[in-house]
Amino acid sequence: MALAERINQAFTNWALRGRPPEPTPIILTQRRVFVLPTRAGLAYFVALVVMLIGAINYTLSLGYALVFLLGGLGVATILNTFRNLAHLRITTGRCEPVFAGEAARFGLVLHNLRNVERLSLRLWAQKDASIIIDIPATDNFEAALPVTARQRGWLTLPQVTLETTYPLGLVRAWSYAAPAQRCLVYPAPAREAPPLPIGSGEQRGSRRQGSGSDDFAGLRDHQFSDPPRHVAWKIVARQNNDTLLTKLFAGENTQSLWLDWNALPSTLDVEARLSLLARWVCDAHAASLSYGLRLPQRTVKPGTGDAHFHQCLQALALHGQA
Amino acid sequence: MPTFTNACKRWRSMAKPKTVSAVLTRHQTLWIVAAVIGVFLPLTPYLPFWLTTICALALVWRGWLLWQRMPLPPGWLVNVTAMLGALGIGMHFHTLLGKDSGVALFALLLALKLFEMRSVRDGFFVTLLGYFLVLSQFFYTQSLATATTMIITVVLITAAMINLNHEQASPFKALRLSAVMLLQALPFMVLLFVLFPRISGPLWGLPQDSASASSGLSDSMAPGSISQLSLSDAIAFRARFEGDVPEKPLLYWRGPVMNTFDGRTWFMTKPHLLERLPQRPAKSSIDYEVTLEPNARYWLFAIEFPTRLAPDSFIADDRQLFTKNPVRARLRYAMNSDPGMRIGIDETADSLRQALDLPPKFNPRSRELAADLRAKYPRDGELVERMLAFYRKEAFTYTLSPPLLGRNSVDEFLFETRRGFCEHFASSFVFVMRAAGIPTRVVTGYQGGETNPVDGYLVVRQSDAHAWAEVWLKDKGWIRVDPTAAIAPNRVENNLAAAVPAGDPIPLFIRPELSWLRDVRFRWDALANAWNQWVLGYDTERQQQLLRALGMRSPDWQSMTATLAALCGIVMLALTAWTLRQWHRIDPLSRTWQRFSRKLGRRKLTRLPWEGPRDYAHRIAEVMPTLTADATAICDLYAQLRYGGGFAAVNYRELKRRVRAFRP
Repeated sequence: MALAERINQAFTNWALRGRPPEPTPIILTQRRVFVLPTRAGLAYFVALVVMLIGAINYTLSLGYALVFLLGGLGVATILNTFRNLAHLRITTGRCEPVFAGEAARFGLVLHNLRNVERLSLRLWAQKDASIIIDIPATDNFEAALPVTARQRGWLTLPQVTLETTYPLGLVRAWSYAAPAQRCLVYPAPAREAPPLPIGSGEQRGSRRQGSGSDDFAGLRDHQFSDPPRHVAWKIVARQNNDTLLTKLFAGENTQSLWLDWNALPSTLDVEARLSLLARWVCDAHAASLSYGLRLPQRTVKPGTGDAHFHQCLQALALHGQA
Repeated sequence: MPTFTNACKRWRSMAKPKTVSAVLTRHQTLWIVAAVIGVFLPLTPYLPFWLTTICALALVWRGWLLWQRMPLPPGWLVNVTAMLGALGIGMHFHTLLGKDSGVALFALLLALKLFEMRSVRDGFFVTLLGYFLVLSQFFYTQSLATATTMIITVVLITAAMINLNHEQASPFKALRLSAVMLLQALPFMVLLFVLFPRISGPLWGLPQDSASASSGLSDSMAPGSISQLSLSDAIAFRARFEGDVPEKPLLYWRGPVMNTFDGRTWFMTKPHLLERLPQRPAKSSIDYEVTLEPNARYWLFAIEFPTRLAPDSFIADDRQLFTKNPVRARLRYAMNSDPGMRIGIDETADSLRQALDLPPKFNPRSRELAADLRAKYPRDGELVERMLAFYRKEAFTYTLSPPLLGRNSVDEFLFETRRGFCEHFASSFVFVMRAAGIPTRVVTGYQGGETNPVDGYLVVRQSDAHAWAEVWLKDKGWIRVDPTAAIAPNRVENNLAAAVPAGDPIPLFIRPELSWLRDVRFRWDALANAWNQWVLGYDTERQQQLLRALGMRSPDWQSMTATLAALCGIVMLALTAWTLRQWHRIDPLSRTWQRFSRKLGRRKLTRLPWEGPRDYAHRIAEVMPTLTADATAICDLYAQLRYGGGFAAVNYRELKRRVRAFRP
């Protein structure tokens, strides 16, 4: 098994001509697409041989004709299967960050330049997680390739295998691609976590805890990153234009929740700390609190909104990784 | 941009990736059932009736279950049915090993497999089995019509296979793809068919059941047997002559010679095979090639008298040709005949005694007639002439529907009914001659034939079956005497239709009033003959002949395989090029734009990948001010065409013209 795997790996390296990651767009040229019969194809071949022997033995001329027609069909299916994959153009697409332990979805945009659709393309970057897609003629399709993210930090897209057995399933055409794409993996939020450190020493004895985000303090123009629940919908409804206004709350401006690395018990190791902080970031974000993050090398100023949320998580994800 | 309000939840609830399902869908099952029906339909005439019924019921039931979305029957029911079916097949054919029972078992297996077909792999197995059964129908028929149904069935099975791999949106699409792929397979089929080295003969002993039913002349002749045969317009054999087709009166195709009479029926006697051909080919010989339809008999037909042997054949002392094995497949043999040959001048006494043998007690009036003639005409030749004159003089009628004859069949025919077909005339003539002491025998075979004007083949049908007599005269040997010709000369000079009275039930196609039908028939028959000669009869010999004609000097298997590989490679390349062609077809506007950039490449002004038309024009103007006007015009036109919305053909032509005229 180990030998088979090594051979397989050597073949893949050779097939990719030792240059992963490749610059996009990648075009699967003829030289990169390999074709071999499937198990069904071998069964088909054996059946044809048996039929040929029958035709010879009973001198069935039409038997010869049938066997040769089916043999020709076998050759035609090689061409058709090959054509279904060859000259596919691959560019990278979106790739949203994920938490460790989840499946990262690497976006790959597959461009079909031909005026014939490509059906039943199967692709995977991870053996047990393949996806099957159809690409219409002269169109493109964004495939989201799932790869399980195990560690925080940058996850680079492993080498991608694209294969197809369309139309008859007798032969398999496949190709490898290693487009340069990476996905940011946030630390997995801790399952068990103490409540948010509201009112801890960092809060400097604030009296307004608990009611912070409920004290209305005024309005300002809506910004894209503001949470929708802070939009002053009643006022918007009263106005006749399309501008949105965001409610400001006293607690957000005057007081911020600091999520501090150093405040955590020293018994926790690095990953546990990051995991706990990630959980807190999620909780604080879900509660629409204003929060800041303090790490040994990096500090994120308190803020709210999706952009801030991701900034904090990114800081956690890349902690200690340059 | 998606919102991340519930980001944590969202990330966690990731859907599992889709994986390949090996379970057959309803749609796929439907396709397979359709393909199996397509396989069964052409096979039904050759399966036992009860088996056809079981298979039809199984298919209908399966279709019903599919329609009603009902679960499959339990496995034991299918197994018990299979066992009972196999038992029935074994009892029907008395074996489970032969060809027919094999086909029947396959059919049963295919029908029942539909009830335990759950995965895609099962479906694939069924399609392969379907291909096998398509092959098996060729045991029974290989006509042009069979080939057509074969193609339809193969398209259907292949479409089912396509659906197994990827469910198609519409049945039409699957059929179309299947047909297109089979069209791509066609050149390979033709090449392989022509060039694949043909191995002659079976690889191992053919089971005895590979026979087809015997038809045509048999080894005995009773009153009515040949007139029955004459109602069939089935083809007995075809002949292609080197040069012109001989005159009709020469075309006596010699078949079984009958020497023994039991009072009603004439029989063949055991032939004395000759070691070698006794005579050399004569100068007035006729060269031809016969393509004999299978008749499951041991004899060949040749114009009187054959002067050479076909492979694996023998000649008897009565000049009848025999084969080593019964003719179970269409057989082609080259033949040569000498119509002027004298045979049996030095016939053995034993043979002559046999040619006088008659059963006692039958046909007393005919014996009287023979005694009368003998008394009046002591010379044998004269006696023969007198007997023929008797037929002419008395009111004999040549008819296809003679009345039934009793115990003394010759008496009744000669003196009472006087209506008969060639076997009546031949039989009565030989009886009287033998009774008069002249060695005589009955010869059956075919007389005449019809030349197909389309391909020039002489077609001999069962309706040309004939019987005549041979008398042995001292110093002359065996002389052919055709009493039918005495009464109905038209039979020999024209054909059967001209010879029998109007109203006789002659075969449809030889009726003179249906000449248009005959014309259609000629064409169809020429097509069928071409099919037989070049597709079904494409054997080692034909292959050599064709390849030599195509210019191969020594077509042995090495050179054939090499040519085959080379030609298949060429076809493969051509097909690949055809399938690749779409990839190189780029937008004509882009092509013109690239051409413009290439022209500027001479001045090291190739367009940079990120450069838009405006920027490009500016850069050109800066570096080569002389080109400003032209370049700006071209860039503006391109920008207009590419981004202006709507494609103006006038502008495109203008752009092309300008790019062509552009001289940097």
